[in-house]
Amino acid sequence: MSTAPPDADELHRRAEDFLARHDPGTGEPLEFLRARFDAGLAWVHYPEGLGGLGAPRHLQAGVDRLFAEAGAPGNQPERNGIGLGMAAPTILAFGTEEQRKRFLRPLWTGEEIWCQLFSEPGAGSDLAALGTRAVRDGDGWTVSGQKVWTSMAHEARWGILVARTDPDVPKHRGMTYFVCDMTAPGVEVRPLRQITGEAEFNEVFLTDVRIPDEHRLGEVGDGWRVATTTLMNERVAIGGQAAPREGGMIGVVAGLWRDRPELRTPGLHDALLRLWVEAEAARLTGARLRQQLTAGQPGPEGSAAKLAFARLNQEISGLELELLGEDGLRYDDWTMRRPSEVDFTRRSPGYRYLRAKGNSIEGGTSEILRNIIAERVLGLPGEIRVDKDVPWKDLPK
Amino acid sequence: MKDLLYSEIEDDLRAGVRALLDDKCPWTGVLAGTEKDQPFDAALWGALTGMGVTALPVPEEDGGAGASWRETAVVMEELGRAVAPVPFLGSAVLATAALLACGARVDGLAVLAVPLSTAPGAFAPSVRAEDGALTGEVTSVEGGLAAQVLLVPAGDGLYAVDAADAVRTPVTSLDMTRRLADVAFTAAPARRIGDASAVEAALAAGAAMLASEQLGLAERCLETTIAYLKTRYQFGRPVGSYQALKHRLADLWAAVTQARAVARYAAACLADSDPDTPVAIAVAQAHCSAVAVRAAEECVQMHGGIGFTWEHPAHLYLKRAKAGALALGTPDRHRAALARLAGLPPA
Repeated sequence: MSTAPPDADELHRRAEDFLARHDPGTGEPLEFLRARFDAGLAWVHYPEGLGGLGAPRHLQAGVDRLFAEAGAPGNQPERNGIGLGMAAPTILAFGTEEQRKRFLRPLWTGEEIWCQLFSEPGAGSDLAALGTRAVRDGDGWTVSGQKVWTSMAHEARWGILVARTDPDVPKHRGMTYFVCDMTAPGVEVRPLRQITGEAEFNEVFLTDVRIPDEHRLGEVGDGWRVATTTLMNERVAIGGQAAPREGGMIGVVAGLWRDRPELRTPGLHDALLRLWVEAEAARLTGARLRQQLTAGQPGPEGSAAKLAFARLNQEISGLELELLGEDGLRYDDWTMRRPSEVDFTRRSPGYRYLRAKGNSIEGGTSEILRNIIAERVLGLPGEIRVDKDVPWKDLPK
Repeated sequence: MKDLLYSEIEDDLRAGVRALLDDKCPWTGVLAGTEKDQPFDAALWGALTGMGVTALPVPEEDGGAGASWRETAVVMEELGRAVAPVPFLGSAVLATAALLACGARVDGLAVLAVPLSTAPGAFAPSVRAEDGALTGEVTSVEGGLAAQVLLVPAGDGLYAVDAADAVRTPVTSLDMTRRLADVAFTAAPARRIGDASAVEAALAAGAAMLASEQLGLAERCLETTIAYLKTRYQFGRPVGSYQALKHRLADLWAAVTQARAVARYAAACLADSDPDTPVAIAVAQAHCSAVAVRAAEECVQMHGGIGFTWEHPAHLYLKRAKAGALALGTPDRHRAALARLAGLPPA
């Protein structure tokens, strides 16, 4: 089609028309979600036929509001953050038409959960040092190695995987990006217990896992470039969410402050107000970032949102414990559990404090993000690299 | 959510103001000016007035540009970048906002006679009006020496006084690019132009616009520091390649990025008379004051020895930043305002 992309009014009209034809209150939620995807009202900035209408990205919020007001079933984005926030934009950017058609619809509807097979025990901040090997095997690949910090692997149908396909070239050049079937033989998922007591993450052991070449995303050897797209989307997904004022953790502490006057002290009041201002500044910054992102891929600027999010969550949750005093000494539950989503508000303050410690490690440590900002946004000279021109196989490990 | 980006018109406006400032307001000239007995750069002020940017929010029928505080905020950013020695805050913002609130006009360079440190909501008049004449003193008035007309709050009214009828004493100011004066009145003839409530409208506008000036200043300090760290070599490598400095600059950049969002939000709220304006202003001032001071302090520190010298511009920015943080309410006063506005009462 050569017509102009729909504007806000046109989207509004299409959404109302859709809701008139598909009663959100009756019928199978999955069918409703599939129909919404097929109508291009899932993520309006995606192309037609892939859940969108090629509309500006910022118009999504208005569409979502209409569906929410109509009581329409949601796609439970909190269960599939990696799919929606990272896998989908990468598939859109690098996938073949067949791959886009196969993966995007069940991803958006939540039928298929995704996980991320990136970090390894020996490759954390230095992700490009990863050693999971993918070897050519007829019309496919055989993959062996160990991944770690893999959220949702125990529920995931698919994993986005970066593996080494050429150990004889410097590390950034020898990687390839795949979609890994998490139900394939040789994929073993083991819970990895965290400091909170629960196991939100996993270790994933890959032993001679077969991946057909149709599940390769991007060119052989181009995995780092594809992964960079995923990582930038991840940082925006973590730090750039739309929220009302006091929508995040600051709202929890502000509510506590209002409800429990006996806990108040002058020092904590000052700390609360400083964090309130910072949270509001971060919220407005996220809103501005989204306005800038109405088209195209996020740049390294998204790293700043993630940095702020991590620091704020940590400081606010620490303040909450201090404000609570004696109650802060009590934890809700150390039982090893397998949560299907991360929810800061339904657990105890101690959980929030501990879980927030992961925010400055997951999705790129705050230190790595500062390097990225300094070098890629500010143009400051890079770190001195001893491994840059050395074949991966010769690197000290 | 309000539009927090810049429009094409605002980009054009910025380019025009920046070109003018690059031409007429180099920092060497600003530095030399701080040691002259001239209270402000009259030629630069004339050029800005000629461009029409000193009356942006004034309706066209009153001789203004019929634009809004959003555009004024862009001008403030540029003036902050240049530490321009003109009474824009006292006149084009504070006095203009007071006159708009009163629906009044005056001829000549008008300045609102309030202490520059006054926080919104904390003003108390120090001058009394008797039989149409004013008596009393107002200290630390920004642009007090530049003014042709002083807008003076007295009792429950706002009065216009010919500056020649006041005794104006220059203050040796921390920020000599924005000089203050103590202004005294002894039965000075005055014309009542409105109610004292106009002062609060002016202080609110001033606090909102000051955030944009602080943004511009912080951005300039960051850019200057980055440029220097790329060219300054120690131990055989650019000092900007050391993580100890890179990480601080990355954090500063993130803070400046936030300052842009909060300053734009405050300007947009003020322009729209949005009910959220008081919160937006308090957040903007609490945040941007601190970011500007931090940027200027890092600028001095990361320039090392040269940054501590008189002949490097860093001190002009530091003085403007610190004085700006004390102007129109310290960050702490704005946080106290937020405590009321957001329903977070003290202990």
